[in-house]
Amino acid sequence: MIGVAWTAFAAACGAGAIATTRFMFPNVLFEPPQTFKAGFASEFLVGTVDQRFKEAFGVFVVRNEEGIYALKAVCTHLGCTPNWLEAENKFKCPCHGSGFYRSGINYEGPAPRPLERYRVVLAEDGQILIDKTKSFACEKGEWTSPESFLKA
Amino acid sequence: MLKKLWDYTRSTQVWNSIFRHGSPDTPRNRGLVVLQNVFLHLHPVKVRKSGIRLRFTWCMGGITFFLFLVEVATGLLLMFYYHPTVEYAYVDIIDLREQVPLGVMRELHRWGAHAMVITVWLHMLRVFMTGSYKPPREFNWNVGVILLVLTLLLSFTGYLLPWDQLAMWAVTVGSNMARATPFLGHEGPGASLMKLGDISLVHAGNDARFALLAGRFVGAGALLRFYVLHCVGIPVVAIILMAVHFWRVRKDGGISGPV
Repeated sequence: MIGVAWTAFAAACGAGAIATTRFMFPNVLFEPPQTFKAGFASEFLVGTVDQRFKEAFGVFVVRNEEGIYALKAVCTHLGCTPNWLEAENKFKCPCHGSGFYRSGINYEGPAPRPLERYRVVLAEDGQILIDKTKSFACEKGEWTSPESFLKA
Repeated sequence: MLKKLWDYTRSTQVWNSIFRHGSPDTPRNRGLVVLQNVFLHLHPVKVRKSGIRLRFTWCMGGITFFLFLVEVATGLLLMFYYHPTVEYAYVDIIDLREQVPLGVMRELHRWGAHAMVITVWLHMLRVFMTGSYKPPREFNWNVGVILLVLTLLLSFTGYLLPWDQLAMWAVTVGSNMARATPFLGHEGPGASLMKLGDISLVHAGNDARFALLAGRFVGAGALLRFYVLHCVGIPVVAIILMAVHFWRVRKDGGISGPV
């Protein structure tokens, strides 16, 4: 009988602990969505780094001759947000000075690897869809993956 | 005349209800003073002469405790003006510095915090160098290590509250460490094993860092969580452990002295 009581007590304590832990994980986040439409491909000029989505979504949309890719605006060193310096044609992190080429490849400062790229595909309505739940790392050879790059 | 007033005061029920012993002029009464006072009873009844030798103890534990009290007092005052919200946090700090009377209050809190981190390390250094962590004090050493971690966490959570660029990015960088928590961080060892088929159970939206920040990046949720941890959560645990720490100093034979 006392065993049943202790078991019930332990179970109640355990359930309370689990519920309290769960309480710390909110169901609704007041953050920008993880997937968003960035407009039509024609809105992006060849040879530009589009910064319209940097502030809200943390994404640089880069357009070159071949197509479009979405660079994750998170420095691979310690996670600050790099700036795009048009005059110097590079991304530069203000925290510790890491530099990245337009492609996202690192070439100066402490960053150990290139900026990551987000999944970029065409939505049903023809707009560019950027999906932040999937990212591609250059050093893993993932930049050859078809969804890491949207061909023009 | 004064003597009469003094004798009368000590004969009243009010006095005798507070102090239940005679004048501390005998060893017995001196002992009772300590034993019957809630604040003094944490302190040993007798202190060895070597226990107050500054060259041995540096008084670093005492200074740390004093600085903690300074932080509680100044922090409480700061709370009267500070809102832990994205809209107000930064301007409240400016306001505290520029407009609120005694603009030095925030600096006292900040410099006191820096000093406390330094003194707590020096205290630990002293205890280590004098071998005071050895039996029977090994349990109290561990309590002290936890108190050290809590001090650093207080420092870290307080760092975010000014909500300026330094705070923002320092905590972004600092909290990124939680990504690498084994099994609980989405970039940590073992995280790739936590899978059900193709679905990973640990990702940026539910790992240890997420619980700390209440989001995927340092935002309004993180500011509020850090504020609550800084002002209530960690101090309460620290106060309880400090009581244990001081009590154990006494139970383990008093402040250690030179051999």
